[in-house]
Amino acid sequence: MNERLLSVDDLVVEYPGKGFRAEPFRALKGVSIAIDQGRTLGLVGESGSGKTTLGRALLGLAPVSGGTVTFDGRDISHASRRQRRELSRDLQVVFQDPYTSLNPAMEVGDILAEPLTIQGTSATAANQRIRELLDRVGLPQDSVHRRPREFSGGQRQRVAIARALALKPKLIVCDEPVSALDLTTQARVLDLFLEIQRDTGVAYLFISHDLDVVRHISHDVAVMYRGDIVEQGRAELVTRTPEHPYTQRLLLASPVPDPDRQAERRRNRRRLLDAEAADLSASAA
Amino acid sequence: MTQPVDIDPRAGAMVRSSLVKRIFTNPLGIIAVAILAIMILAATFAALLAPFDQNFADIGNTLAAPGGEHLLGTDSAGRDVWSRLLYGAQLTLLSALLCAAVAIGIGLPAGLIAGYYGGPFDTGASWFTNLLMSLPGIIVLLSARAALGPSVWISMIMFGILISPGYYRLTRTAVQSVRNELYVDAARVAGLGDGRIITRHILSVVRAPLIIQTAMVLGVAIAVQSGLEFLGLGNPAEATWGVMLSDGFRNVYLSPQLFVWPVLAIGLTIGALVLLGNAVRDALEDGQKIAKAKRRATDATGAVAAVDARVPAASDVRTRAVSAALPAVEAGTEHHLLRVSNLGVGYPQADGSVRSVVRNVSFHVDRGEVVGIVGESGSGKSQTAFSILGLLPDTARITGGTIQFDGAYTVAPGDERVSQTRLRALRGRRIAYIPQEPMSNLDPAYRVGSQLVRPMMLVLGISRAEATRRALDLLEKVGIADPKRTFDAYPHEISGGMAQRVLIAGAISCEPDLIIADEPTTALDVTVQAEVLDLLRDMQKELGVGVILVTHNFGVVADLADRVVVMQHGSVVEAGQVRDILRDPRDVYTRTLLDSMLEGKEPMTTLGSSAPAAPVVPTLADAARVGLITDVAATASTETNEAIEEVAR
Amino acid sequence: MVTFTLKRIASGIVLLVAISLLTYTLLYFSGTNIARNILGDMATEDQVALKQQELGLDQPLFARFLDWAGGVLSGDLGRSWFNAETVGQSLMNRLPITLTLVVVAILLTAILATVLGMTAAVKRGWVDRVVQIGAVIGDAIPGFVLAIIFVTIFAIQLGLFPAISTIAPGAGPDAWLISLTLPAIAMTVTAVTSGAQQVRSAVIAQLEKDYVRTLRSRGVSEREILFKHVLRSAAPAGLTVLSLQFIGMLGGVVIIEQIFALPGMGALAVSATSLGDIPIVMGVVLYTVIIVIIVNLLVDLANGWLNPKVRVS
Repeated sequence: MNERLLSVDDLVVEYPGKGFRAEPFRALKGVSIAIDQGRTLGLVGESGSGKTTLGRALLGLAPVSGGTVTFDGRDISHASRRQRRELSRDLQVVFQDPYTSLNPAMEVGDILAEPLTIQGTSATAANQRIRELLDRVGLPQDSVHRRPREFSGGQRQRVAIARALALKPKLIVCDEPVSALDLTTQARVLDLFLEIQRDTGVAYLFISHDLDVVRHISHDVAVMYRGDIVEQGRAELVTRTPEHPYTQRLLLASPVPDPDRQAERRRNRRRLLDAEAADLSASAA
Repeated sequence: MTQPVDIDPRAGAMVRSSLVKRIFTNPLGIIAVAILAIMILAATFAALLAPFDQNFADIGNTLAAPGGEHLLGTDSAGRDVWSRLLYGAQLTLLSALLCAAVAIGIGLPAGLIAGYYGGPFDTGASWFTNLLMSLPGIIVLLSARAALGPSVWISMIMFGILISPGYYRLTRTAVQSVRNELYVDAARVAGLGDGRIITRHILSVVRAPLIIQTAMVLGVAIAVQSGLEFLGLGNPAEATWGVMLSDGFRNVYLSPQLFVWPVLAIGLTIGALVLLGNAVRDALEDGQKIAKAKRRATDATGAVAAVDARVPAASDVRTRAVSAALPAVEAGTEHHLLRVSNLGVGYPQADGSVRSVVRNVSFHVDRGEVVGIVGESGSGKSQTAFSILGLLPDTARITGGTIQFDGAYTVAPGDERVSQTRLRALRGRRIAYIPQEPMSNLDPAYRVGSQLVRPMMLVLGISRAEATRRALDLLEKVGIADPKRTFDAYPHEISGGMAQRVLIAGAISCEPDLIIADEPTTALDVTVQAEVLDLLRDMQKELGVGVILVTHNFGVVADLADRVVVMQHGSVVEAGQVRDILRDPRDVYTRTLLDSMLEGKEPMTTLGSSAPAAPVVPTLADAARVGLITDVAATASTETNEAIEEVAR
Repeated sequence: MVTFTLKRIASGIVLLVAISLLTYTLLYFSGTNIARNILGDMATEDQVALKQQELGLDQPLFARFLDWAGGVLSGDLGRSWFNAETVGQSLMNRLPITLTLVVVAILLTAILATVLGMTAAVKRGWVDRVVQIGAVIGDAIPGFVLAIIFVTIFAIQLGLFPAISTIAPGAGPDAWLISLTLPAIAMTVTAVTSGAQQVRSAVIAQLEKDYVRTLRSRGVSEREILFKHVLRSAAPAGLTVLSLQFIGMLGGVVIIEQIFALPGMGALAVSATSLGDIPIVMGVVLYTVIIVIIVNLLVDLANGWLNPKVRVS
């Protein structure tokens, strides 16, 4: 069961610098992660930490300038478009913004059929599969002939999830899939992710800026900061008793919905920051 | 040469389905299509409709008046004007089409390649485009005529090349705007080749702007062509409208009506093309408006259907005369810093109904108190905040209730708009605002410092030097390490967190009594959010200012608020002390919201809000709680967002 | 800023060379027998051949172009092949008329379009409707057709203006005023209608920006928001429209000059191209392109000044 599905070793992603002879920008500085079959790795970090770049590098949407990505035993660091097409059966994606991740000009049925037809699925088989998918994500069957704009954010994200599930993938890269959603909708979409994993055994790389979300959905958690992974391990440990100062800061910065506990968290955070500042000035001296 | 066409990546959505339908519901669109249809028919059947050959000259009967054998008279060579007009339509329209075809043939593929791949082709093509656009077009056309002979076809091909940059730029911008859209990424992940991505996902976006552009280009082509021929550069053997115009103008003293006909034909055709282009554009914009309204409506959930009968039609809206007639506020409520009573806000719709977004909302804020307004998108929390500030959109109406600030009405009973006169005296001075999105709320064209200094000079009536000194103090106070540098920076040179600090500095700069903070930390990273919350708390304590904190985050509420107002669908569902609401919520919706919070929940368990899987629950007490919620999910919780949306559709 | 300007000037020079070469090539292949045109029908074949040699018409394309370009670099644009006038002289006689016309028209357009567009955006109501309808009508009627209608009504029917230019060499300002008023108005009208429409949408787009709301919340007056913030942010869009209109006018003026029989550069261009008077045509092209490059550079500099973000990059 616990077979290694994805391993990323020492991955480097560089974007060319803006302007003539500018230094290239290093978005990932040698990142290593691994995901076993049927497991979820939560990837948490702030904007600009490189977490989204890591997801995009796996999908072939960001330039890999060093290191390797091994998926299902194959090196896919520099997969060609043809290899990607084959790969898309096993490796899929759900993006953050449900408003731009679905082509507004296409009907939901066509959106869901796209990954199927490109793999050569027949029209009738594709229709059958689309019906199953809509059921699976809890959308009515008549959604097929509707366009994305007729749906709310949460429903659009369900369509995006259905598209990712269409080919029964082994791994789905989920790039902030709930951050654009309202609280109650977020809860329901997270439930859907958990149910799908329970039913299909799919693995997730779950990217989020929200420690609570990542803790809730992941087996393991990796924390990114400025293009590096600063801490990774079992979700419970990393998200409740973090060791790295950055993770500690992250945990203590996220407010809890109770005034007194929040006041305490605030005090702890102050203490941590003061200690860090003291460390810093001590080492400077 | 041609007007720029706006591009919206979502525009493609409208083309396939209802664009044609929408053009035909627009009277001007119908007129345009009708005129063009007549012109095209006349051109197609010119040989049948024309009584004479275009060049048949009745030498003995030149410049004849309209009537008799010659319906519209004859020209200076005795040729039948009506026949020439018909043949002219043929030649003029066909050559204009050729021009557009050439321009599209060059501009579209080049734009697609340059926009999609970028790189050296893009650089080269863009340079070449600049070259073409700097060419003095008419000189090139004149030279081309000298080189290649006086043919309308040749000059229109040349002109097509000259205006191809219009299509190139249009296509390139459109492609660039969608090239990085997530749905194109999704197609790449699915392994679609570039060719299929372009045809399936990108061409659809270019299509509508292309139609608009082509309508304009056809008009310009006809204009330029007739202009050239007017200069006497046409082929006299070819009857086109321009040649007729030229002949007419030469004989304007003898027979002024001669040039009326080609002018009419040219004006009507170009006018129809312009109208058609506008109709397509309007149809697209309408579509977007509908889409946007729908998005808002689905977000605003059930509020769409609600129509407040008390609201009169938009036409007899009156804003009350100020001050003199202002009634006194309800006795015993003067001491509240702010009091909102039974407030209603709505937007009149085209069909005369009113879409109500805030209904019967009441709460108050006392001096030095922080009141959190919590709700999801569409709950009306921001609309409530903006009605207090008097910054609602022009189309909004107060549909009921009052707002009073420091013992005087800002919205008196019966007012249908917030009185700008009354609020102008308060905004900036006594009521301040902290927005959600830090970057878009600073004017990118001015330095940070001047955006702080100017309001202080206006509001406090102090000198620039004094205001500058204060602004630097404020920047230091809000925790900016190097105030001088930030003061001199442009907004794009500072980070989001710093920009939010600047905005907070701006809000407190004139020592207000009430600050309205609309999701002040939502756009920030969580560590920055914690810092900004600290700052807000310190400032609030120090200044003793009242705060309305609009947010969707209970953690933020717990951090700052003394009291909480929970809103849903434009109404207040529950209000009270922060501990009471967060620890023992009475209302079902508040409980649903709190239960959706992940903090403190058992990881890897479903939260029970989604059917059908039963939630795994750790304790008996929680089981009872979840049981209650799932019950509700079946009945009353049709009120939760998505369920309503499904019903509303 | 300086490097930016220098870069733009350098690319302008490259553009100038490219366009000159392109036009020269086009003219080289023109079918007109220039020598025959100059000498008339009575000349013998030998005379024509001799003339061709004299003008260098028997030389290959590049030799002729380099010869011309060399002249330009030393400030000599050559002489007309048909009369003894130097190109520089003949352009200098005509440029003032054309430039006056275009500059007056573009200034009027800028002022009127800004006032109308802003009023339409801010006040809405009937001004807005007039601007919107005007834009459609302005787009529908080509400028020169409008000019023809003007001539017919105001000059021929009502006799308020002369239908033909009264500008002679050494004419006083009154002659200029009388002769240029009608054509300038004709050129302005169509440009204003579309310009006002575009200013309107640019202003509306700015008024909907978040920072405008924040400025209001700070107690900044509507007037200050409009003139200091909104107008400034909308200006780059307006300037770009104006520069395009300016280039359009440089072309359109050729026809306008023909209609009003103005002795400007356009009329010169028309006669020179139909005769094949290459030195004159090249002179006209050179001057026009230089004007276009200068205008574009000025607009870019102004936009950079207006938008600090552009300035940095």
